[in-house]
Amino acid sequence: MNFFLLEAVANAGGAIGAGLGAIGAGVGIGQIGKGALESIARQPEAINDIRSNMILTAALVEGAALFAIIIGFLAMVL
Amino acid sequence: MRSKSIKSLLAAVFSLGVLLFSQPAKAQHEEHKEPAKDSAKKEKIFDANEVIFGHIMDAHEFHFFSWKGSDGHQHHATIPLPVILYTKEKGLSVFMSSAFHHGEHNHEGFGLLTNEKIDELKLDRNKYAAGHIVAVNAAGEIDQAAKVYDFSLTRNVVQMLLALTLLVFILIKVARRYGTGVGITSAPKGMQNTMETIVNFVNDEIAKPNLGAKSSKYLPYLLTVFLFILINNIVGLIPGTANVTGNIAFTFVLSMISFVVILFSSNMHYWGHIINPPGVPGWVKIILVPVEILGIFTKPFALMIRLFANMVAGHILIICLISLIFIMAALNQYVGWGFSPFSIAFTIFIYFIEVLVAFLQAFIFTILTGVFIGQAIEGAHDDHGDHAHAAAH
Repeated sequence: MNFFLLEAVANAGGAIGAGLGAIGAGVGIGQIGKGALESIARQPEAINDIRSNMILTAALVEGAALFAIIIGFLAMVL
Repeated sequence: MRSKSIKSLLAAVFSLGVLLFSQPAKAQHEEHKEPAKDSAKKEKIFDANEVIFGHIMDAHEFHFFSWKGSDGHQHHATIPLPVILYTKEKGLSVFMSSAFHHGEHNHEGFGLLTNEKIDELKLDRNKYAAGHIVAVNAAGEIDQAAKVYDFSLTRNVVQMLLALTLLVFILIKVARRYGTGVGITSAPKGMQNTMETIVNFVNDEIAKPNLGAKSSKYLPYLLTVFLFILINNIVGLIPGTANVTGNIAFTFVLSMISFVVILFSSNMHYWGHIINPPGVPGWVKIILVPVEILGIFTKPFALMIRLFANMVAGHILIICLISLIFIMAALNQYVGWGFSPFSIAFTIFIYFIEVLVAFLQAFIFTILTGVFIGQAIEGAHDDHGDHAHAAAH
């Protein structure tokens, strides 16, 4: 009985952690997209530079979210 | 008002608890009553977990599908792969994985673990996993003391080698064609168009902006990484193939190579900024220097996790959407049929996103490698610029 409860709590903890990580990354990538769109609207000729920098920054933000998801996954498995 | 909300909270917690503990108990109870029907039912519900991990993890065979034949036995459509094992007692043993009959038989004193076997023998899940090969004695019991070193050509290895062969074949064909003069004096033909676009893209978007004057020195490495990750991502998207780039060992080796390249191309300026950051007060250095030193290792670690997690997440998403049909069908056959069009539509949508992600992750791995190498060689470039500036004055 205790074992099932422990496992359920671990699963819930992992899932909540992954969800919180996803929220953070969502806000972050949204901000990046907003900034990129605004700057493209302001300077359409700089679209190529802005696009590659946007993808790079989004990848870095996403990396942080993926760490959260991996840790959440480990909380479930271990 | 407050007591009411507490009451409803308590009710919710209680019902959640009842739900948690009643499921296993109920399943066991039914198992005794109707073993035949319930085992099939349980298999279907349990399948989702097993199917997902069966697709994500490495295996000793390419498994396509299973069906229940007219003789009542479970049949599997698979391509067996060679198993290479080393033990101290027996030395090297080489045989095909079909000798295990999907875990039903033991061969030459070795046995393949399956989920059913682990549950049946109550093995430690932290130590044993489905798909591992263990040593067994004459009576068929698992020999816990014997250590088996598994050097098998698993499906990830075989698929990686196949993808590599395909890539080398394409590149050699393109290179030969340039040798005959097509593409130099005339317009490029066929595969040359694709390769020229990719090489130009990596050169203009990744190498030149980050590495500047030294870009031609690092372009071969960046192109190799880009094409290798890309071909493995794309081959991994074909249904029935293995998930090579979603294997942590694969991404670990790639990031380690990048790490070594970054370290070997670093200069004194880079290390100076890490060990003794200029223009920083002494007490801040106590915090900053450990963080900077940690930063050397987190860069390749982030590269490893990013590629791994992205590819695994994509594969899990697709297989989950497909599994949803069978989870629904376990409730009711018609719900399953009704749900399948939505599930398939979503799957196709995610599949197209995955094609985008295959390119994007190859690009991101390469550009981040380029950025990190650029940081490591930055000082020399700046010094060079300063000298040129001074000379101009």
